[in-house]
Amino acid sequence: MTAVEIAADVRAGRRSAREVVEAHLETIAAREQEVHAFNLVLHADALGAADVIDRRVAAGDDPGPLAGVPIALKDNLATRGIPTTCGSRILDGWRPPYDATVVTRLREAGAVIVGKTNMDEFAMGSSTENSAFGPTRNPHDPSRVPGGSSGGSAAAVAAGFVPLALGSDTGGSIRQPAALCGVVGMKPTYGVVSRYGLVAFASSLDQIGPLAATVADAAALLEVIGGHDPLDSTSIAGPAPRVRGVLDDGVEGLRVGVVRELTGGLDPDVAARLNEAAAALAGAGAKVDDASVPSVGLGLSAYYLIATAEASSNLARYDGVRYGLRVDAEDVTAMYGATRAAGFGAEVKRRIMLGTYALSAGYYDAYYGQAQRVRTLLIRDFEAAYAQFDLLLSATSPTTAFPLGAKSDDPLAMYLSDVCTIPSNLAGHPAASVPFGTGDDGMPVGIQLYAPALGEPVLFRAAAALERSAPR
Amino acid sequence: MVDKPSLSRDDVVHVAVLARLVLTDAEIDEFTGQLAAVLEHAADVAALDTSGVPPTAHPLPLVNVLRDDVVRPSLDRDEVLAAAPAAESGRFKVPRILGDAP
Amino acid sequence: MTDVAGWETVIGLEVHCELATATKLFCGCPNVFGDEPNTNVCPVCLGLPGSLPVLNRRSVELAMAVGTALHCEVRPSVFHRKNYFYPDMPKDYQVSQYDQPINVGGHLDLPDGTRIGVTRAHMEEDTGKTTHVGESGRIHGADYALVDYNRAGVPLVEIVSEPDIRSADEARAYVNELRAILVAIGASDARMEEGSLRIDANVSVRPAGSSALGTRAEIKNLNSVRSLGRAVDYEVRRQIGLLEAGDKVVQETRHWNEDAGRTSSMRSKEEAYDYRYFPEPDLVPLAPSDRWRDAVAAGLPALPADRRRLLAAAAGVAADHQAVVTVVALGLDDLVTAAVAGGADPRLALNRAANEVAAAHVAPADVDGAAFTTVLVMEGDGRLTSTQAKQVLADVLAGGGGDPVAIARARGFEALGADALTGAVDQVVADNPGEWARFKEGEAKLAGFFVGKVMAATQGRADGRAVTARLRELAAANR
Repeated sequence: MTAVEIAADVRAGRRSAREVVEAHLETIAAREQEVHAFNLVLHADALGAADVIDRRVAAGDDPGPLAGVPIALKDNLATRGIPTTCGSRILDGWRPPYDATVVTRLREAGAVIVGKTNMDEFAMGSSTENSAFGPTRNPHDPSRVPGGSSGGSAAAVAAGFVPLALGSDTGGSIRQPAALCGVVGMKPTYGVVSRYGLVAFASSLDQIGPLAATVADAAALLEVIGGHDPLDSTSIAGPAPRVRGVLDDGVEGLRVGVVRELTGGLDPDVAARLNEAAAALAGAGAKVDDASVPSVGLGLSAYYLIATAEASSNLARYDGVRYGLRVDAEDVTAMYGATRAAGFGAEVKRRIMLGTYALSAGYYDAYYGQAQRVRTLLIRDFEAAYAQFDLLLSATSPTTAFPLGAKSDDPLAMYLSDVCTIPSNLAGHPAASVPFGTGDDGMPVGIQLYAPALGEPVLFRAAAALERSAPR
Repeated sequence: MVDKPSLSRDDVVHVAVLARLVLTDAEIDEFTGQLAAVLEHAADVAALDTSGVPPTAHPLPLVNVLRDDVVRPSLDRDEVLAAAPAAESGRFKVPRILGDAP
Repeated sequence: MTDVAGWETVIGLEVHCELATATKLFCGCPNVFGDEPNTNVCPVCLGLPGSLPVLNRRSVELAMAVGTALHCEVRPSVFHRKNYFYPDMPKDYQVSQYDQPINVGGHLDLPDGTRIGVTRAHMEEDTGKTTHVGESGRIHGADYALVDYNRAGVPLVEIVSEPDIRSADEARAYVNELRAILVAIGASDARMEEGSLRIDANVSVRPAGSSALGTRAEIKNLNSVRSLGRAVDYEVRRQIGLLEAGDKVVQETRHWNEDAGRTSSMRSKEEAYDYRYFPEPDLVPLAPSDRWRDAVAAGLPALPADRRRLLAAAAGVAADHQAVVTVVALGLDDLVTAAVAGGADPRLALNRAANEVAAAHVAPADVDGAAFTTVLVMEGDGRLTSTQAKQVLADVLAGGGGDPVAIARARGFEALGADALTGAVDQVVADNPGEWARFKEGEAKLAGFFVGKVMAATQGRADGRAVTARLRELAAANR
C-alpha cells in the first residue's frame, strides 16, 4: 500500500493506524537482520503514536494528511529524547533535547515514526558502509550496497519496511541510494525544507527530502515537510511547493535537455536506460534535445572542497565537552584529540583533514575561494540551459549498486560516483531520481530530473510521467 | 598514485593539529596519499582562470533574515548536564586547560 | 606620566562591548548577567548538533547605533566563522564579522578635542566562562576547569581604534568617552566590573618624531580604566627599557597582573593560530537599507559631546571644563539645565552637580530634581549659606528627595531675622571704625571684610547679600 492510500484509509476509518503500523513492524522483523536499514526501531513509540491517531479518528478529528503512515527518519534528524547518532560513535547515546522542524511537522501531519535509519557517518559516503554501526545492505541483493549516505532510508522503503522515509542530500545522498534501491528520491530547492534539527554536514549544500515508493507519496511528504521555518535563516519565505495536484498534468510541450557532459562516464546499461527514458518522455509529448552545462565537470572538485571545508567547521563541536563521547586525557587539548580520534571513522577524519587544509592559511584562495567561483560558473551555466529547457535529464548514478567493499579502499573512486548528483546541490536546485528499469545485473537504475530553483511543480509533473512510462 | 603530491606529510601533521585529530603514523601516511590524490583531481579547479567571477557562498540570495528580540524558554539544566560526559556544580567539567583562549 | 624623554607612545584599543538586548545574538535565551550557571542555554547557544542561528534584530540596530554614534559608515556585512578550539566556545568556532564588518571608518572626539580614529566596530558572539579549579585557583596548576555557557552567544560589538592614542591619560579618556557614548545611546550598560565592557590594548613605542610604528604588544586582562592606565604606563617603560638596552620588543600577547602591577608574556607552546575564516553558511548577509540606517540615526539621543556643548553654554564655561565633563559623564546634565531653568545660578548648579551630587553616587534618575533646584535657589537668594546648602543637599540625596525648606527648618537653618541681622552688622561696624571709615571713602573691597566678620558673629546664619545691602545703606546714611 502506498502512503497516500494508507492515509486515505486511516482518515476515513477504513483501517486503523495500529494495524498499519503492526503490519510494517512485522515486515521489519522479518528482514531487518539481513538488511540492517535501522539504527533504532521504535516499536513501542510507534504503536503508541498509532493508537493516538486511531483515537483521534474515532473522536471525529482529522489527524492530518499522513494519518497513520509509518515513516523512517535518517539518523541525522534530531528527535527529542530519542537517540540520534549520525552513524557515529562520537554521538552514541546522545538524546537531543529537541525535535527537528521536519519531525514536528510529521507528527502534526499524523505520520508515525517507526525508527531511525542507518547512514554513512555524518552523511559522508555513497554506500552506507561508513556507519559506525555496520553497513546497510541492498534489499534487491544483500551482497551489494544500498548507496548512501541515506542508504538506510532507501533500503527501508525498498524492503517495504515503510512507505516513506526522510533522507538528507548534500551531494546526492537521497537520490543516489534511491536509484540504487529502486525507489523515488527527491532533493528540494535549497531552503524549501527547514534544516533546523538536521545535523549539519555541509550547511550550504544540505537539504532534507523524501524517499518513497511512488512519486505521489514523495509529493505528499514534501508538502508536509516543506515551507518556511523561522528557526532556519536560510529557509525560503512562503508555503511548501504545491506538487500533489500536478502529477497527472503530463509532459506535453515541456522542453527536456539531456545533459551532454554527464553521459560520458556511464556504464553502458545505465546509458541505455537514460536513452530509453529520454525517448519515453518524448513519446509522452516532451521536446527532448541535448543540453550543455559546460562547467558541470568542475563540480565534483568544487563540491569536495566546499563540502569538506564546511564539514571541518561543523564537526569541530564534537569535542567531548557537552555531549557524546569523551576519551579522558591529562589536559583539554589532549582530550579533544583522543576523543575525536576514537569517535570519528576514517572517512570523516579524511574529510575533516581535507576541509581544514582547504581553509587553512595560504590555501584558501586556491581551493575554497576557487571552488566558490566555480559554483558561480555552474549556476550561470544552469541559467543558460534553463533559458532553453524546462527540465534537464541525466542518470542518477553512473553505475548500479556495487558490491560491498568494492570502493572502500579508493576514496576518489567513491567520490566520482556522485558526479551526476552534486551539480544541483552546488546550484541549490531541486532534483529527483525516479526508478527506470534495471541494469544488466538486474539491479535498479535511477533516472534523474533537474529543475531550476523552486521548479518543484514541473519536476514532479515530469517525474510522475517518467514513473508511468518506466519498464515494469 | 600521484607522482608529485601537492601536499606533504608535514602538511598532514599540521592540519591534524589544527583539526584536533590525533592520527597514527599509518593514518598520516594513508591520508597523505589519499588527500594528495583528491587535491590532484582538484587541480582543474585550482588552476582555473576565474578573474572577474564573484564567489558564491550560498545558493540563496536572501538578506536581512532577523528575529525579534523576544525571550524564549531555555532548556532545563539537569537535562543539559545529563548529556555531558562530566559535570560539577551546575557546570560542564573538562580536564585542565593549559593556555588562554587565543 | 607615560612619556619618557625621547620616546613617543602609540596605543590602539580594542573594546568589546556586550549589547543591552533582551536575548542573545542568535537565540531567544535571556541576555542577563549573574544567573545560575547554564540556566540560560538552549540548543542554539549550546551548539547542539542540528541547531541553527537566527540573528537578533535589536542587536543589529544597536550595532548600527554604535557605528552611527562613532561616525562610521554603516555597511552591508557578512558573518564569518572564526575556527579554533576552546572549551568556552560551544561550536568550536566563533561567529564574527571579518572582512565585511557592519561599521567602518569612524572617529571619537575626546573632550579636549583630540580626535581618535575608529577603524571598525563589528558584531560577534560572546563566549562562555571557564573557571579554573585547583589549589592555586589560576590557570597554571589547575586540576580541571568548569564551563558555564550562560554568556555564550551574548551579542558583542568590538570597537577597534586606530593607533592614534598617545598616552595612558588619552587611553583612559578614550574609554571613558566611549563608555559614555555606549550608555547614552542605550547600546550597553558598559560595566567593566561585570565584563560587559572589556579592553585589550595594543601598545608600542617609537623614537619621538618617527612616523614608523614600533613592534607592539597586546595587553589583555584589563579589568578597569585604572588598570588600563597602569598597564600602559608599565608596558611603555618596559618597552623603552628594552630598546634603550639594545634589545627588541617581541610582538606578543601579554597579561596584566593587577596585584603585581606588571605585564607578563602569555606565549604558550600552541601552534600559530590559523582561524580558517570562511563565510558562515547558516546565516545570510546583512544589507541595511538607507531607510533603516536613517531610522537608527534619527533614534539616537544627544551624544555626550553635544551635551557637553549645551551644558557648557548654559553654565557659561568651556566645553572641556572638568565639571562639564564630569556632569555629562554621570548623566547629570539634565539635572543642571533644569535647575538653571528653575532660577538656580548656572555655575553654582554645575559645581554642586559635579561635586556634591557626583560624590553621593546616586543614579541620575534617583535625584529629586525639584529639590535640587530649590536648594540652589535658596542658596542663591541667601536663605541658606553655602555650608548649609551642602548639608541640605546631602540630606536630599541620601533620602531620595524631600522638601529642602522643611529640611532646613528641621536643621535650624532659618536665615537670620532682619532685626538680628541689622543688629549684627551695626555691631561689627561699631567694632571696626578704621575699616568702616575706609569703606565709606570708597574702598569697596572691604565689604568682604565686614561680611566675614558678620558671618563669624552669626555662625554663618547671615545672608551675605543682605549684609552687603545693610552696609551700603549705613554708608549712604552716614555720608
